[in-house]
Amino acid sequence: MTSSPSGPVPGTTNPEIVRNFCIIAHIDHGKSTLADRMLQHTGLVDARSMRAQYLDRMDIERERGITIKSQAVRLPYTAVSGEQYVLNLIDTPGHVDFTYEVSRSLAACEGAVLLVDAAQGIEAQTLANLYLAMENDLEVIPVLNKIDLPAAQPEKYAAEIAHIIGCSPDDVLRVSAKTGEGVSELLERVVEKIPAPQGDPNAPARALIFDSVYDTYRGVVTYVRVVDGRIATRDKIEMMSLGTTHELLEVGVISPEPIATAGLGVGEVGYLITGVKDVRQSRVGDTVTTALRGATESLGGYRDPRPMVFSGLYPLDGSDYPELRDALDKLKLNDAALTYEPETSLALGFGFRCGFLGLLHLEIVRERLEREFNLDLISTAPNVIYRVVTDAGKEIVVTNPSEFPDSKLAQIFEPIVRATVILPSEFVGAVMELCQQRRGTLLGMDYLSEDRVELRYTLPLAEIVFDFFDQLKSKTRGYASLDYEPTGEQDADLVKVDILLHGDPVDAFSAVVHRDKAYAYGVSMAQKLKELIPRQQFEVPIQAAIGSRIITRETVRAMRKDVLAKCYGGDISRKRKLLEKQKEGKKRMKMVGRVEVPQEAFIAALSTSDAPAKK
Amino acid sequence: MTALSLYVHVPFCASRCGYCDFNTYTAKELGSGVDQENFHEFLIREIKNASEQLGNRPVDSVFIGGGTPTLIGASALNSVLESIGTSFNLESNIEITTEANPDSVDAQMLEQLHAGGFTRISLGMQSAASNVLKVLQRTHTPGASVNAAKLARAAGFDHVNLDLIYGTPGESDQDVRDSVSAVIDAGVDHVSAYSLIVEQGTPLARQVARGEIPAPDDDVCADRYEIIDTMLGAAGFDWYEVSNWARPGGECTHNQAYWLNSDWWGIGPGAHSHVGGTRWWNHKHPSTYAAALESGSSLRAGEETLTPEQEHTEMIMLGLRTRAGLTADCLTDSESERVSGLIGRGILDSAAWGAGVVRVTPQGRLLADLAVRELLG
Repeated sequence: MTSSPSGPVPGTTNPEIVRNFCIIAHIDHGKSTLADRMLQHTGLVDARSMRAQYLDRMDIERERGITIKSQAVRLPYTAVSGEQYVLNLIDTPGHVDFTYEVSRSLAACEGAVLLVDAAQGIEAQTLANLYLAMENDLEVIPVLNKIDLPAAQPEKYAAEIAHIIGCSPDDVLRVSAKTGEGVSELLERVVEKIPAPQGDPNAPARALIFDSVYDTYRGVVTYVRVVDGRIATRDKIEMMSLGTTHELLEVGVISPEPIATAGLGVGEVGYLITGVKDVRQSRVGDTVTTALRGATESLGGYRDPRPMVFSGLYPLDGSDYPELRDALDKLKLNDAALTYEPETSLALGFGFRCGFLGLLHLEIVRERLEREFNLDLISTAPNVIYRVVTDAGKEIVVTNPSEFPDSKLAQIFEPIVRATVILPSEFVGAVMELCQQRRGTLLGMDYLSEDRVELRYTLPLAEIVFDFFDQLKSKTRGYASLDYEPTGEQDADLVKVDILLHGDPVDAFSAVVHRDKAYAYGVSMAQKLKELIPRQQFEVPIQAAIGSRIITRETVRAMRKDVLAKCYGGDISRKRKLLEKQKEGKKRMKMVGRVEVPQEAFIAALSTSDAPAKK
Repeated sequence: MTALSLYVHVPFCASRCGYCDFNTYTAKELGSGVDQENFHEFLIREIKNASEQLGNRPVDSVFIGGGTPTLIGASALNSVLESIGTSFNLESNIEITTEANPDSVDAQMLEQLHAGGFTRISLGMQSAASNVLKVLQRTHTPGASVNAAKLARAAGFDHVNLDLIYGTPGESDQDVRDSVSAVIDAGVDHVSAYSLIVEQGTPLARQVARGEIPAPDDDVCADRYEIIDTMLGAAGFDWYEVSNWARPGGECTHNQAYWLNSDWWGIGPGAHSHVGGTRWWNHKHPSTYAAALESGSSLRAGEETLTPEQEHTEMIMLGLRTRAGLTADCLTDSESERVSGLIGRGILDSAAWGAGVVRVTPQGRLLADLAVRELLG
């Protein structure tokens, strides 16, 4: 971090020439490619050192093509007019689970590039973020990307965008991030349309944290947008919501590598390093001020991250429990929303009940634990948080279905979301039926264009968590997109269904479901397990029960034959090797009462269907 | 010096049966350097090599298996036997078996083999039901095996075995009863009965995978095993290993050598050997095997020296399959502690344990692998 950035010097840059903006786009619509192209176009990165998708850092991001953690890059830009500008491109996470983080990134900008695939049109996630940007009074620059594609329909989708944001179709820029066509026009539009940041350079410093990343070597790197005043190296800073103070070790900008600077002034975007080791010490949405003569009023809008979806994570091999704990401790440093508490399952042993922002967040954490920490895990079916009021008036918060009380309950509350689905009109019937089955209430329906519809529903989050996205994709041949945001909770008639193996309840299989669906859940789980549980020497009944009432039963018949037919000559070492292998495999067996259940059976029974990967 | 057993592998078949995963080849599948006419010469070379390594050790059993040994003809088989006689010290009560396909032997051949010194014939009958033979892709007719067994008796063989396969899809309980009756009527002194196993890579496995043939059902196999055991028991046959029954004195010496973990040498392509705590196996393909013999290089495709723990595992694994069982002193302390649990579950025999022997019950025979796993812990 020694070289100096080209262009105007950070810390003394006139706000008049600064443009702060982000790109709102759906996965695969080309956001990263466009960002790369801008880096190249402004001369910040030459073609040779261009690493595809420069801004996406983590392996998983690169593989899945999603940006999980945002970043900000400072682009010095000389306009056609000859004027010097500084463009700060603030990257936004592109997924439903990270709405709050998106909103903070947007709050750091004055403008947004709305990037839409010219062959696919706008998707639900993009629409949600667009509304968010419009609520934040951002200047929106509509852009159609991939106009070089044969399947591109720029006229159709320009009309669609114009209809949504209320502009003329001619205002929609046409770009190919791949070939570079239209990128210079877009950069010109950015400096021309997006307002320069406003702020009081003489007021006490106030900067918005829009991202916070843990780096093994540097500790937490905090990304900020300065609103008022100035933050300089050697300042002592204060996190206003936490009330904590830290020495500033370094202030800098990313251009495109981190470069230390003397400070950051009004409207500027950069990073701070204080030496703290946990992103919880430096929270997205919080306001940074100076400890001395600091601001008294924060920028507002700070919210504690709140987990919405829970799942039990267990090591396949019980002896990996300490490794799992250490891995979670490490991940936590970089993930302010992840929560976990030790829990014990009779079936799965020692593990953690983990809280996530949503399903993708869960998937990402799980994948990182497996990939970066080399852990083999079993995760229980994801569930939501329930608020239960007993007849005695006692209130209980349940994050693990097996702890759902069996006693008489006065009221049960479950979280609900406002869901937006964008889909081709031909699938409207099928999707309405799906939402109906999932206890949805239709809020509204709009035609975005002739053949594309936006459906708005209130749905219980629990229904979305249970393979809703897979169902949606299969009912629309992959053409639907989904977005949702929590909107509160509702009173619901829910029951806990327990699964009993040979009379013993298996806590990992307990589920809280709507009373009308309890039977169907019980039957499908019992049938699934019947196929998965190997025959034992005795008959094993598999039952589903609500409280003490058995609602369904399947039986794994007793095993009568377990012997090799022939054992001569070469059969002997083959058989011995098989025995040795089985002995290893036995370690992967879990005992539920007297019943031996292979790990694979747990994994298969707990998986709903495909993981909710890309959205 | 303890006696050695010799196994000789003849890897030829006239046609391949759909369920078979043995190391065997039809004439078309065979590569260069070796054929059915000169094959016995290679066997004789390996026999000489073996005797050079082991010295003139006493041999108490010879078993020629395949494949279809009788495909190479009685004189070739007799010359192999003759070479064993010159290379090793044959014991006076030696058992010398050859396997045979019901449709590849006749009276003349059987007489020739008997004259050459063979004492026992093992015939692959599989079933008396033609629909079952068809599924198994066996070429012989239902009556052929019984005829061949009778011819063998007439040729002077006191010891004749018939192999049965049960549990074949499409087979009925009655088919099994008919097969066992036919075996009893044939006047043999030994029966092996194996449940049909769908081995990976066989045509049968592919048929099952494609859903053309249902997989054999374990419960059905268990029922059929009980039918076979009951009928044979009533006819004077007693089990002495989970898949083997004999009239008194008809037990196969050679196969018992496997289960007692004695020393045995396998001659021929792909044959396994176990001598002095080491196991090895020859090159599998007849051409590779023959080429190795020609060039004087090692025949071994692989080998392993057993650790004491592995030897123990094998002893338990093999001993529990037999009626003789294991003596109590074979078990470790922790294994002994697990015996009572297995007795309680009806898998091990309580009275035998009282007499210091670990033996499976009739129900436990079908769960012998489970018993082994649990006993070993």
